[in-house]
Amino acid sequence: MNGMDPPSRQEVEDLFFKEAALLDEWRLEEWLELLTDDATYEIPPTDVPEGDSRNTLFIIADNSARIRSRVKQLLGKSAWAENPHSRTRRMIANVRVLGTEGDAIFVTANFVVHRMRYESVDTYIGHYNYKLVRDAKLLKIRERRAILDNEALRPHGKISFIL
Amino acid sequence: MDKLAEKFVIDDQNAGLFRVNRRAFTDPECLAEERRRIFDKCWIYVGHESEVPHTGDFRSRNVARRPLILVRGDDGAVRVLLNTCTHRGAMVCRQKSGNANTFQCPYHAWTFNNRGSLVGVPGEDSYSEAFKREDLALAAPPKVDSYRGFIFACFDPAAQSLYDYLAGAREYLDLVADQSETGMKVVAGQQAYSARANWKLLMENSYDGYHGLPTHQRYFTFLADIGIELKGNNVAAPARQKAIDLGNGHAVLEYQSAWGRPIAHWVAPFGEHRKPHFERLRRRFDERFGPERASRICETSRNLGIFPNLVINDIMAITIRTFYPVAANYMEVNAWALAPIEESAEDSALRLDNFLTFLGPGGFATPDDVEMLESCQRGFANREVGWSDISRGMKREQPSITDELQMRAFWRRWNQLMTEPQLKRARKAA
Repeated sequence: MNGMDPPSRQEVEDLFFKEAALLDEWRLEEWLELLTDDATYEIPPTDVPEGDSRNTLFIIADNSARIRSRVKQLLGKSAWAENPHSRTRRMIANVRVLGTEGDAIFVTANFVVHRMRYESVDTYIGHYNYKLVRDAKLLKIRERRAILDNEALRPHGKISFIL
Repeated sequence: MDKLAEKFVIDDQNAGLFRVNRRAFTDPECLAEERRRIFDKCWIYVGHESEVPHTGDFRSRNVARRPLILVRGDDGAVRVLLNTCTHRGAMVCRQKSGNANTFQCPYHAWTFNNRGSLVGVPGEDSYSEAFKREDLALAAPPKVDSYRGFIFACFDPAAQSLYDYLAGAREYLDLVADQSETGMKVVAGQQAYSARANWKLLMENSYDGYHGLPTHQRYFTFLADIGIELKGNNVAAPARQKAIDLGNGHAVLEYQSAWGRPIAHWVAPFGEHRKPHFERLRRRFDERFGPERASRICETSRNLGIFPNLVINDIMAITIRTFYPVAANYMEVNAWALAPIEESAEDSALRLDNFLTFLGPGGFATPDDVEMLESCQRGFANREVGWSDISRGMKREQPSITDELQMRAFWRRWNQLMTEPQLKRARKAA
């Protein structure tokens, strides 16, 4: 991969940490501002983690309009799976800048996301693969893929918040 | 078993009242009895033949609490084998899927071919003459059969044939299987999830037309947002719709729906550019089946429940869903997408996209279903409220899809199996 100068790891960590805080605080409208207008958000199935959503049944494969609809639903009243909202707490680690290609910057990080609801604690474990671009000076997320290490969503049952 | 002597179901057809004892959802003794009387007696879905397309292809499956191997042997036949070495018990297949000529037990290296025959025993000369390889092939469930590609196993040697067992459900499996001229396939990717709820709540929920509007309000808002016109398309009581008891505890809802169907029912959000292509697909169905059946295949949706734990919902895409109780208050769920083998890459992508709008643990509907099921299960802790009501539409001549006829069909069969004397059953089988 070659292209523009890659950002520093600290700059990428700042983005990951800011995103984690916004999501944990349910500031989803502000979270949308971290995304490009054509952003995607995908979670592959646990048995095909490297799959392509065009020929594999994913858990989530949102285009930009779908992401915005998801946020609108989650902030509304009738997304029962998140009304009342879950508490979540994200740990982001092992952040690496993998390289650049054209205007795209490829980064990865490990995550542990705890979801607390009705006195159960469910733990989502995996890593993120992001494709970032620079918009003016800011880094923005164009592709956001959360790849689970959990072999099944058991006992989690669902991914109803933004993972 | 005094507790089990208490009635599970009140089915008062004169009064039009149907009640289910909530102990059926909460009592571990009831679950133990279900395992004996239902999961060890009924035909249980194992997988689809498209999941093992080539010789030697295999998949590990947990079915009715047993680890099984679904495998296509070198003779081309698809078999279901019990995944336990006939020597001392270790699982001979330790991968989730793959292709193999043989399964070698890692414990003592006994080797079985992909038809299940024992073909290798290290140091075989140490055994007596009474030891015979043919006695020690990998075992199979007493009965295995398939219908239109859907493979089932049954652990009761005296059970009726799969064909008879499926009864009226065969017609609805045909309406799914006929969507392809070359065969249907399970798409890559399994949605493996769960619910902290009794397994029967998911069967009820999977063909519950009554819950659609309140539980899935956000999905219908989403449809409106993307430009699917809901006016004149009454989602609560569509014009062409029926609920049918298919016999043996199976039931179906069939109805016209607001959403598009990737098989050949175009809607605006699919894009103008796809319209001529959809019209071509649709004409082909007219040619193959005539206008009436073609319309039924393309424009109507189906929520099909096959007793006890298989759901095939042919709605905005086709999902196969099966689920097992782990405990009275916890189930494991597996779901897949089914599609025509010959579908183009672009059509397949559209189908999967349409699937995810509603279905699956990250969709805009399934998470809310899981939430409601778990909410019911928590509510059942109020043991003072002992019964659930499933009477809706009971006195109607033609119950609608928002009535509860389909659940009563399930519960009547369930109740029959759970309460009929075991001796009588054994005699009947003999």
